[in-house]
Amino acid sequence: MTHSSWAYLSNYLVYSAMGVYTLAFFAHAYETAWAVRAPQGEQVKTEGSLLVKTLDYQRTERAGRIATAFMILGFLLLFAGVVARGISAGRVPWGNMYEFSITGALAFTGAYLVALKKYDLRWLGLPVSIFVLLILGTAITVLYRPSAPLVPALKSYWLVIHVSAAIISGGVFLLANTIAAAYLYLDSMEQRGERSAWAKRLPSLEVLDQLSYRLVAFVFPLWTFAVMAGAIWAEHAWGRYWGWDPKETWAFITWVAYAAYLHARVTVGWRGRKAAWLCLFAGSTFLFNYVYINIWGTGRHTYSGL
Amino acid sequence: MSNPTDLPELGLVSLLRFAWRQLTSMRTALILLLLLGVASIPGSLIPQRPQNPMRVQDYFTKHPGTAAWMNRLSLFDVFGSPWFSAIYVLLFISLIGCVLPRTFDHLKASRALPPSTPANLDRMEFFHSWQGNGDELLAARSWLKNRRFRIRECNGSISAEKGYLRETGNLFFHLALILILVGVSLGALFGMKGEAIINVGDRFTNTQTTYDSLSLGKLSRNHSLSPFEIIIDDFQAKYDPRTNAPLDYTLRVTMIDKPGAKKVKRIIKVNSPLEMGSTNVYLQANGYSPIVTVRDKSGQVVMEGPVPFLPQDGNLTSIGAIKAPDSHPQLGFIAAFLPTAAKNKVRGGFSIYPEALDPRLLLSAWKGDLGLDSGIPQSVYRVDTSKMTKIGLQSLSVGQTFTFPDGSIRFDGLVQWVNLQVVRDPGKMYSLAGGILAILGLLGSLFTRRRRIWIRTAGEGKVEVAGLARSGVPGLENEIALLIADLKKDGK
Ligand code: HEM
Repeated sequence: MTHSSWAYLSNYLVYSAMGVYTLAFFAHAYETAWAVRAPQGEQVKTEGSLLVKTLDYQRTERAGRIATAFMILGFLLLFAGVVARGISAGRVPWGNMYEFSITGALAFTGAYLVALKKYDLRWLGLPVSIFVLLILGTAITVLYRPSAPLVPALKSYWLVIHVSAAIISGGVFLLANTIAAAYLYLDSMEQRGERSAWAKRLPSLEVLDQLSYRLVAFVFPLWTFAVMAGAIWAEHAWGRYWGWDPKETWAFITWVAYAAYLHARVTVGWRGRKAAWLCLFAGSTFLFNYVYINIWGTGRHTYSGL
Repeated sequence: MSNPTDLPELGLVSLLRFAWRQLTSMRTALILLLLLGVASIPGSLIPQRPQNPMRVQDYFTKHPGTAAWMNRLSLFDVFGSPWFSAIYVLLFISLIGCVLPRTFDHLKASRALPPSTPANLDRMEFFHSWQGNGDELLAARSWLKNRRFRIRECNGSISAEKGYLRETGNLFFHLALILILVGVSLGALFGMKGEAIINVGDRFTNTQTTYDSLSLGKLSRNHSLSPFEIIIDDFQAKYDPRTNAPLDYTLRVTMIDKPGAKKVKRIIKVNSPLEMGSTNVYLQANGYSPIVTVRDKSGQVVMEGPVPFLPQDGNLTSIGAIKAPDSHPQLGFIAAFLPTAAKNKVRGGFSIYPEALDPRLLLSAWKGDLGLDSGIPQSVYRVDTSKMTKIGLQSLSVGQTFTFPDGSIRFDGLVQWVNLQVVRDPGKMYSLAGGILAILGLLGSLFTRRRRIWIRTAGEGKVEVAGLARSGVPGLENEIALLIADLKKDGK
């Protein structure tokens, strides 16, 4: 196969992955919405809490499983798409923002699927599939660039080490933030009274709080490593390991923000709302770095290809 | 330790002690940490002098009023500003003040036995009790020993603790941050960094005058420059013909460690500098130097040789200045060099490919006073035409000559130049060691479960087990369930 046919194959795979994620989205939406349906018969007249207890989850269980199967299929297709992109360019597929984005979406669903094995997280599939579709949609429409070789500054094995660590961290951070956002949403729902019927099956606030903390604590060392690997690479390429380039500065800000989050939890005992907001703030610094600094930044890190 | 609220007994010592305690409190550290993050934001959004002096200058011309104020607040050099330094110095004092005492405490604690079993186990987490056969204590002891718990036994009970690595790792992490800062400071104080533009074929000697720009650390001395030489043998740039993007730069050099030493051939690439101890030589940029010969009215050569031009875009459209101060009148040329020339109405002349396929030199010739004797330092890439009159415009291909009443200029050819960056950083190994330690410490501290398990046998064979998780890492519940299952199995 020629390089350009690999590139076509990659695009085709990414489109198919988007199709499958869309199916996953509908399956998750169906699963979630189904629970709202009031059961038939006299229970309808009983109290709200009773009514929910008598909801029939058996049919939604099937939808949920199908949704997860779609998520896995989407992940595999996207994985193949990213690999094909790499083959078409003859290098790791991390040379411009389109490639960062599709790999980031892959890391994000990967993090979700791995976490799903360990925790009861299937309900997160709905926001996860929405985010992945948004990321892939922007990537294909706005960020797309033809497959091309790397500029000399990127030709280094540190690209593989630094960028893979950063992308995986990004995927897990995004997942932790999704959970923190779900926490805040459900919390405000509970402040107003009871959770809506569909949300009753979601885990308790305490579990969400703990889960987003576990995810952050899990990737914080990886993110630290990503920043340090970047510093080592910068020393090889530019002659200094730290130069307060905008990209570096924001990586540092993200690092400090998540360190503050961990401190706030472990040593000051922040939980719940305050912790969730801090988590979201830290996550938004990561996103800002990715979107704003890549596209409008003026540093030496502008490889977006835009 | 007394409470901050009952402190206000007067006196300098108590005041200092009060300040110290405040500074090393967790809350202050947390605030300082967040403040450090917030303080670096303007540094990433406002152009910074050390990174981008040209854009700072632009800002000054566009907004002179606000720029002056921002300058006063060091907003154009945030990371070197007094207030930024104040934050991180305070943070690290706070860090040291917090970590050192904890290190001593931890050293003491790691030699001590776990605290004794609490009286009422049924109030603790994961409490479980059952009717055993009396062997449980012994079995539990070997179970816990096998799992390397630290054990204290006292009248019919065992108190066991594990996971000291959590605190050890945490302390290592924080100490490693201090080590990183030490490395950064050593680099800043004893390091040096210089840049020089060298034409292919020329020789670079590591002395102060060779550099176009040189910054030495505050405690670094001039004579500390190691006396090496580098001869630029060859430079190859490869481009992708579809996108014009660079594919590869290869710089071949001959290097001489010190005068009289053996010559060694080396290759420098963008990601692989030339390394000599703590000094590295990097390939930073490249461009073209048109070679010209300028003659005066009488035909006498007044200036001759390659003149480095500065690239302005990815296709290496370059600008520069050619000055002949020794002719009468003095001659100056504001020039553009196009490696592969093209032209349109809007942009005038520009380059469409970075390789020199169809090189062209565009000249605007001036005569008069170049202003070089005024004492004000002048850019070598600009001509100050305030005391000059214009002669005319001309575009030259290689080999062509532009003749005018006061003389002539001939475009002889071109040669490439490379920008070498020489950096000495004696602190970087400390920072690297700190970085590695920090990550190892972090892994130890975030993934270790620190926990206590208690077991007690009361009269009539009653066995009680309970535990206490001392970190956010889950798993104690399973561990205790396993212990209980094993004890019950043994009992049968
Ligand atoms: C004055 C400054 C600091 C003090 C007094 C301090 C103190 C502490 C303390 C007491 C802990 C609790 C450990 C535990 O209970 O397990 C901790 C954990 C931690 N610190 Fe710091 N620290 C400081 C600065 C920093 C800085 C600058 C960073 C990085 C940006 C940092 C990152 C962390 C991390 C990642 C943890 C682990 C949190 C966890 O166990 O989940 N600290 N620190």
